[in-house]
Amino acid sequence: MLTKRIIPCLDVRNGKVTKGIEFKNNIDLGDPVEMAKKYYNDGADEIVFYDITASNEARNIMIEVVSRTAEEIFIPYSVGGGLRTMEDMRSVLMAGAEKISLNSSAVLNPEILSQGAQAFGSQCIVLSMDVKQVDKCDSIPSGYEIYINGGRKPMGIDAIEWCKRGEEMGAGELVVNSIDADGTKQGYEIALTCACAEAVGIPVIASGGGGTPEHLYKVFTDGKADAAIIASMIHYGAYSIGEIKQFLEKRGVVIRKT
Amino acid sequence: MIAIIDYEGGNLTSVKRAVNYLGFEAEITQNFNVIEQSDRIIFPGVGAAGASMEVLRKTGLDEIVKDQVVNQKKPFLAICIGIQILFDYSEEDKTECLGILKGVVRRFPEDKGAGTLKIPQIGWNQVHQTRPHPIFETVPNPADLYFVNSFYCQPVEPEVVIGETEYGVRFTSAVARKNIVATQFHLEKSGPVGLRMLKNFCRNEDWS
Repeated sequence: MLTKRIIPCLDVRNGKVTKGIEFKNNIDLGDPVEMAKKYYNDGADEIVFYDITASNEARNIMIEVVSRTAEEIFIPYSVGGGLRTMEDMRSVLMAGAEKISLNSSAVLNPEILSQGAQAFGSQCIVLSMDVKQVDKCDSIPSGYEIYINGGRKPMGIDAIEWCKRGEEMGAGELVVNSIDADGTKQGYEIALTCACAEAVGIPVIASGGGGTPEHLYKVFTDGKADAAIIASMIHYGAYSIGEIKQFLEKRGVVIRKT
Repeated sequence: MIAIIDYEGGNLTSVKRAVNYLGFEAEITQNFNVIEQSDRIIFPGVGAAGASMEVLRKTGLDEIVKDQVVNQKKPFLAICIGIQILFDYSEEDKTECLGILKGVVRRFPEDKGAGTLKIPQIGWNQVHQTRPHPIFETVPNPADLYFVNSFYCQPVEPEVVIGETEYGVRFTSAVARKNIVATQFHLEKSGPVGLRMLKNFCRNEDWS
């Protein structure tokens, strides 16, 4: 049986890990490769690097981070943030990443999902989406809307529809990030995660709001998530990945032990 | 030196990095001389059966790999798509494969009643060792290892099976025969346990 995956997310700005609250007020936390290595040794099942500086100079810094990571970390890791072209994707994969995460660029140009899937395989195309709860209306029947540009720009697209579309276009996994929950440490958006997981036949990774092991338990059970992204709860030492896994195992969640 | 066969698929550098990290020399290559002079061969994964076989035939690598593995009996490790094309035939792209092992490669069943099976399988799953093998030295049983696959092998000869995993069906996740060992999971992405298995392959002398 597949284990539930615990995936630390490292937001990288100019080659440093940073963590913001509700997409704002970022502070530096350290070297991404060192942090990734620590989480690898602690039992992370996968790692996400999210490049939050979208400039071209920053891209090269990011490639260097990715390739340094590849020398020392032997679990899958993905890279997202500002990837727009096949060339962007290829350079990240060649540097050693297992997967590419597409967000705004896929909303603006959904073809990039199918092109990427065709060239590199669905298994390395992750569709990441920033979602905000809004009033239900004809164009947003689920009451969950897709935002782009780091959660600043509403797109008038229904999140559940976008999940299905993404799967059709060739995404191999979905990351569903709740803008409302992000950085609050008050728990994942369970209803949203569950609705997305039920809408598609590919793995759904919950993101935003994880603050305690109990939150992970909830999103793996009620939320039907296949994996969950964690950040604040481990970056500041509140919990270790080992502690989280121990808690989940006691509660009957199948996690990777070895 | 370990030859990593370059069949123009993905993930070749990940395997090389892992082998280098363990302190062994490796070269990604299509060069027949390099392959013939190598001590061991790794055929790594990620890719589709059709495209992979096409490259192997076009380059003549199919014949050299067969010769090295079957006649020269060189220690040989195949990973992911590598294990699949060792068999006679794959349902993926309806591909005739190398036929080094007898059997076929099938797609996971789409629907398993109440819960739909997600395809591809992506993530860590348990590998149950069905018999001892040098590749499993100091590896826990079962062990969680990293899979990315839509297809799985169905060997004709039960004695080649060394590992099994559940995913909708109970399928063969590792096989071995004499100098050959092959895994459906990615040793190079399976953390410390995957590295241990890779090391077991790189250093062990006796495979028969």
